[in-house]
Amino acid sequence: MINSSSDNVKKLGSINRRMFITGSLKFLVMIGLVSRLFFLQVKENKKYLTLSDKNRIREWKLAPVRGEFHDYFGNVIAGNFEAYQLHVIPEQVEDFRYVIYRLKDLLELSEKEFQKVLKKKNEIKPWETLIVSDNLDWNKFSKINNHLYDLNGVKPVISISRNYPFGDNFTHVLGYVSQANEKDIENNEVVKKNFVPGLKIGKVGLEKSFENQLIGTNDIERYEVNAYGRRISQLEFQKGEKGKTLKLTVDVEIQKLSNELLKDQAGSICVMDIFTGEIIAMHSSPSFDPNLFVFGISQDDWQIIRNDPMKPLVNKTLQGNYSPGSTIKPIVALSALENGIINKNFTVKCTGKTEMYGQTYHCWKKEGHGFVSLRNAMKQSCDTYFYEISRRLGVDKLSETAKKFGLGEKVFGDLFNIEKKGLIPNTEWKKNALGKGWLLGETMITGIGQGYIQTTPIQLCLMTAQIANGGYKIYPKIIYGDENKNQPEDKYTPLYQNSKNIKIIQDAMFGSTNEVMGTSYRSRIDDLKYQFAGKTGTAQVKKITERDRELDLKTFEIPYEERDHALYIAYGPYINPRYALSVLVEHGGNGSTTAAPMAKKLFKLIIDRHQLRESINNKKYLEI
Amino acid sequence: MYQHTRLSNNSFGFFQKFKNFDYILLSCILLLGFISLTTMYSTDGGKILFHTKSHFTKLIVFTIMMLIISFINIKFWFTIGYFSYLVVIGLLVWTFLFGITSSGSQRWIDLYFINLQPSELMKIFIILCLAKYFHRMKLENVNSLYTILTSLIIIILPMGLVIVQPDLGTSLLIAISGVAVLWFAGINNRYFIYTMLGFVISLPFIIAFLKPYQKLRVLTFLNPDRDPLGAGYQIIQSKIAVGSGGIFGKGFLKGTQSYLEFLPEKHTDFIFTLFSEEFGFVGSVILLLIYAIIIYRIVAIGASARSYFAKIFCYSFGAAIFVYITINMSMVLGLLPIVGSPLPIMSYGGSSMLATMIGFGIVMSAKVHNQQAIA
Repeated sequence: MINSSSDNVKKLGSINRRMFITGSLKFLVMIGLVSRLFFLQVKENKKYLTLSDKNRIREWKLAPVRGEFHDYFGNVIAGNFEAYQLHVIPEQVEDFRYVIYRLKDLLELSEKEFQKVLKKKNEIKPWETLIVSDNLDWNKFSKINNHLYDLNGVKPVISISRNYPFGDNFTHVLGYVSQANEKDIENNEVVKKNFVPGLKIGKVGLEKSFENQLIGTNDIERYEVNAYGRRISQLEFQKGEKGKTLKLTVDVEIQKLSNELLKDQAGSICVMDIFTGEIIAMHSSPSFDPNLFVFGISQDDWQIIRNDPMKPLVNKTLQGNYSPGSTIKPIVALSALENGIINKNFTVKCTGKTEMYGQTYHCWKKEGHGFVSLRNAMKQSCDTYFYEISRRLGVDKLSETAKKFGLGEKVFGDLFNIEKKGLIPNTEWKKNALGKGWLLGETMITGIGQGYIQTTPIQLCLMTAQIANGGYKIYPKIIYGDENKNQPEDKYTPLYQNSKNIKIIQDAMFGSTNEVMGTSYRSRIDDLKYQFAGKTGTAQVKKITERDRELDLKTFEIPYEERDHALYIAYGPYINPRYALSVLVEHGGNGSTTAAPMAKKLFKLIIDRHQLRESINNKKYLEI
Repeated sequence: MYQHTRLSNNSFGFFQKFKNFDYILLSCILLLGFISLTTMYSTDGGKILFHTKSHFTKLIVFTIMMLIISFINIKFWFTIGYFSYLVVIGLLVWTFLFGITSSGSQRWIDLYFINLQPSELMKIFIILCLAKYFHRMKLENVNSLYTILTSLIIIILPMGLVIVQPDLGTSLLIAISGVAVLWFAGINNRYFIYTMLGFVISLPFIIAFLKPYQKLRVLTFLNPDRDPLGAGYQIIQSKIAVGSGGIFGKGFLKGTQSYLEFLPEKHTDFIFTLFSEEFGFVGSVILLLIYAIIIYRIVAIGASARSYFAKIFCYSFGAAIFVYITINMSMVLGLLPIVGSPLPIMSYGGSSMLATMIGFGIVMSAKVHNQQAIA
């Protein structure tokens, strides 16, 4: 009994000792658990709270509302309209087959469109939105609304979309918008940030150049979602900002007239304010309707535009490199005067052709102009005279003057990425580009705007404007009211050495238009209010052979592609000039018969609207 | 032997039993039951659905059962110690032969009204069996080879039967229950140390024998971000849920991680995660405190018990419960790899609750009959 009792005591001691050891261990482990809880829930709480929100909150971005384009007078030239769309959330539809066939009937969907919708349906999750139609007309939209009672889960939606009220008038200025593709998103951070499926962004023109300002910011819907991504409830709606509205310097009426004048012809018209450099109109013909692109252009329409021989996709004003023809003559003459090669009394005898190293150079007038002075040579556009003075001048000096006046350089800088530089050749250029020495004969044909020299219509317009304003440098612009920023330092610096020389050229151009024998005499306006001065140009597309000379065909007798380009540059009114323009008609035949009459109509309208334009400007000051 | 003569052996009146009841333990268990019920209600998304109803029924039935058990003399439990162990071994064999297979393991017996998981019961009955085995043993005999071998066989037999199901987690918990008894019975410390060393040395071999999904769990535990949407998903989401709870939690029925279905297994093994998300650090500590009080009461009852059987049972059961809680929470908090181990009472699951309640019942019986000596 004692033994067992002592054993009992020992056993009791052992078990109690171990109980205490275990108890202390438990206590320590408990503290460990509590500190782990403390670590997770108190110390790292923020981190896990963020993670949990990231889990449960998902953002849905809605397409931002795009900024508009207005013309100088506040007319909307690129706006937004309410597109009627039809959305279906497949999960909310009891009998999807029934509803979709019903919709097919109501919307009169073609089999092709219908299959497209079905394909889209299979690509999305059942709780995501299926866009059955993105731009319904009002009739179908209201028809759907009348049948909503048996179309469960179908949602008629009004969404904001791009609209160009003036159709094809501004296509080459504004460009157009279309669905952003992967490359667009990759190349532009702002687009990437604001991207939503179906987002439309500018593809060319100002729509592209000002994408970042126009795009606006997304409306954001925040939803709570479950682990499978299904929306449970909406937490927040954050209104986005509409993109910036840009006011352009263009005038809708003049733009419309330009479009009309060039109807069914390929060509370009641009009009510029000679002091401010504001673009009043800038049109390239033929154009196309940018509205076609907003919801994705159909294959048929695209093929029609793409395969048009007149190349509607090319912006001829900025992209078209043309020989300037006789429109270069004011610059050649100016250069000769400035460099002291000639004075205004310098006279050349024109017999209709000149020989040089065995090569014959023809004047446009077979019988010749006889003795011509500078003023007469300009007025009648005597080629022989300009062969002679350019021969004396040399191409390097000529190119210097031409470049000063804006030829051979991009007029808008980086604003339009498609703009071409043209080409003002000189001896160095030829050596570098072609590896050959410059020939004197090439100088002579450069003097009448043929050969290597190439200019764009906008460059010619700028050149004319800078002659018209008395020879001062201006910077063309198309966005209104950004004078304050990036004002180039050399704006309004004189481009001449002697201002008399500019006057001589202006006077010669006046003669060309307003005096008998002038090449554009028939297009003159006698009313001093509208009177303008200009210079015609006819750019050869192909070399004129001896045979052609003998035949002496009329324009309409020559195949279209071989006809000359018709050009005209002008400024007006002659007293107190304000506007300059350039007209180019591809294969239009003759500058004086095709291009100059357009200028006449344009000046009439431009000067009629001058008062109105000024009043807008003055109102700005009145309001302050 | 070691006994008072103040009271005769079987003189426990009904009212005396009531008086002897451990009301602190009982109220803690009831409180825990209540908490588990509300949490279950929350997992059902704030509605009284299947899990809540089922849990409620089980809670009522098993609590009543626990009370009945506590009124049965501790002597009875001593008597059926071996027998009950053998019955559960029989059930495990039955499971092995005719059990129901679910998600790749054969763990359940279909009893028509309930699917019983005998491995859960084994967690309790192995303690009962070993407690009886060591009850009368002299201390010097405890460390004899024969004793150690016998007790090891008692432990390894059910372990083997559970491992083949396969259910590594539960078999480890059974082993831990058994080892706890050995520890309190007085097995020499060095055996534990040797075993530990042996385990560490053989770890590479054990890993080699692990099933691919078990290896994955270990790897995932070591680095949950290895595969955040696959194997690491549970640990990551669980930590997010607990961590985002903060000090006071997101509020009852407002645990976003759970009701938006980011939490896996939220009714069973991960129930604490949900609780912790909704009630935060404060709630979690209170829950831990309730468990701590329960364990403390169990140990206290053991300390005041007059028989070794009751002592060993209470201490071991207390230690086992503690280990279950620790393993479950450590797993949920990302401190241990995922092993299937329910949180006692809180987790949904009948067998686990049944086993725990039987354990509580026997502990309570030990308290009610704390003057009872066992010959």
